[in-house]
Amino acid sequence: MDAFLKIRGLKKHFGENRVLDGVDLDVAAASVTTIIGKSGIGKSVLLKCIANLLQADAGSIELDGQAISQSRRRAHSDAGVSFSYMFQNNALFDSLTAYENVALPLREATALKPREIQERVDAMLAQLELSASAMRFPGELSGGMKKRVALGRALITKPQVVLFDEPTTGLDPERKFSVFEMIADYRERFGFTALLVSHDIPEVFEISDRVAWLDAGKIKFFGKPDELNADAQSALSGFLSKANYGRRISSHGGAK
Amino acid sequence: MIRTLGRSALSVVFELGELSLFGLGALRGFFAQRSRLAKLTLAIHEIGVRCFPIIATVGLFTGLVMGLQLYYTLVKFGAESALGTAVALSLIRELGPVLTALMVVGQAGSAMASELGIQRNDEQIDALQTMSIDPLGFLVGPRLVAALICFPILTAVFDLIGIFGGYLTGCVLLNVDAGVYWNRVFESVTWADVQGGYIKALVFGVLTISICAYRGFNTHRKAGFPGVRGVSESATRAVVWSSVTVLAADYLITSFLL
Repeated sequence: MDAFLKIRGLKKHFGENRVLDGVDLDVAAASVTTIIGKSGIGKSVLLKCIANLLQADAGSIELDGQAISQSRRRAHSDAGVSFSYMFQNNALFDSLTAYENVALPLREATALKPREIQERVDAMLAQLELSASAMRFPGELSGGMKKRVALGRALITKPQVVLFDEPTTGLDPERKFSVFEMIADYRERFGFTALLVSHDIPEVFEISDRVAWLDAGKIKFFGKPDELNADAQSALSGFLSKANYGRRISSHGGAK
Repeated sequence: MIRTLGRSALSVVFELGELSLFGLGALRGFFAQRSRLAKLTLAIHEIGVRCFPIIATVGLFTGLVMGLQLYYTLVKFGAESALGTAVALSLIRELGPVLTALMVVGQAGSAMASELGIQRNDEQIDALQTMSIDPLGFLVGPRLVAALICFPILTAVFDLIGIFGGYLTGCVLLNVDAGVYWNRVFESVTWADVQGGYIKALVFGVLTISICAYRGFNTHRKAGFPGVRGVSESATRAVVWSSVTVLAADYLITSFLL
């Protein structure tokens, strides 16, 4: 597999707590990779290190063969690479309408003309079936609609990599499934590479090309979802059985 | 004990350095922003327009009380004709800039610290960073520039309404001659007094808005508690530190100006 996003020896500690202790991960272009693991094990920390929201203590991150872990801001602009981040709680601006939230990165971080911005945002809202709610504030939208606005904002800059931090938190099973469908659908449509953190096992495996299991600061398993059973180490089996994976997989008739 | 003192001194120096860099970063970030005028207009509305009623009210009552107090002090020396001088100079040199700053801190500063704290907790500030938008320039810069514009204007409003309040108690209620009152006001106030008041207003504006924004923006690092309690602590500390800083800076500036 050609790695589009390559992470090597990534380390991050908070005080005495070594959260990431040499994470190695290869993510293929235009794929969906899901990171699973116990709560508080460092999955979100890993995403935040990739997005430069946290500074890693050591290690390297390469995107399409270019190092971006040193002086990230400069590297971002020099290489012309782009990450988008979809936050667990959406992180929408309450005082801005859905339209303004989606338009924000274009208005503030690009030199596009207002007309061009309007065309792109209108098209994005139409694709997300949000045109009728464009002028509503986040407080007036349902949970699913907020997720779609957040997704629209994450995708409007046409990023190469989108990082999803537990995108289905707080949603009912039906909405969870539709969010996963949406991610898979837009990944095909927009062609971005998705790195996902999720606790929704096994539902998330339906859209995942690869699964990475983070445990004790390292990636202990990396492979296709249907390899989980065959390659399951005892600790991973324990984690999966606690996540009801075995029971649910048999009722679903397979992970993929 | 010496070690503790040293550690505290170092921590204060570090905090001051961080605050200065924060303010400078916000100003620099503002001038790199797009649609600066729109953001500045919103910030002027938040700091200037919304604080206007409270500034006018406090200014009026301060002037009324000063008219009353100074009249009864001056009348003992048969110097009630100096009421206009006493009211105008006290307001323009000291009370105007200080009380204006304290009122803006109470109204806009606490709201700003809470809003930024909530935005920090809600990951909205992180979201800006992931969108390659400078959070300092976007959220703090316009407010700092607005403070530089609004504080002198609000101080002038406070001074004028306060002087009018002194006229109401002195001349309308206590029968000081109105012509003498206004004549003393115009004769005694020099450009140097007005200039000193404006210098204070500008310094207080930068200091208070920087401190309030700094506390809110760094809620995750500076507040002792997470979540809502952290936001309330940030807002409280922002108001307390801004108010103490205004009084300390007032003493320093006055000692330089006199």
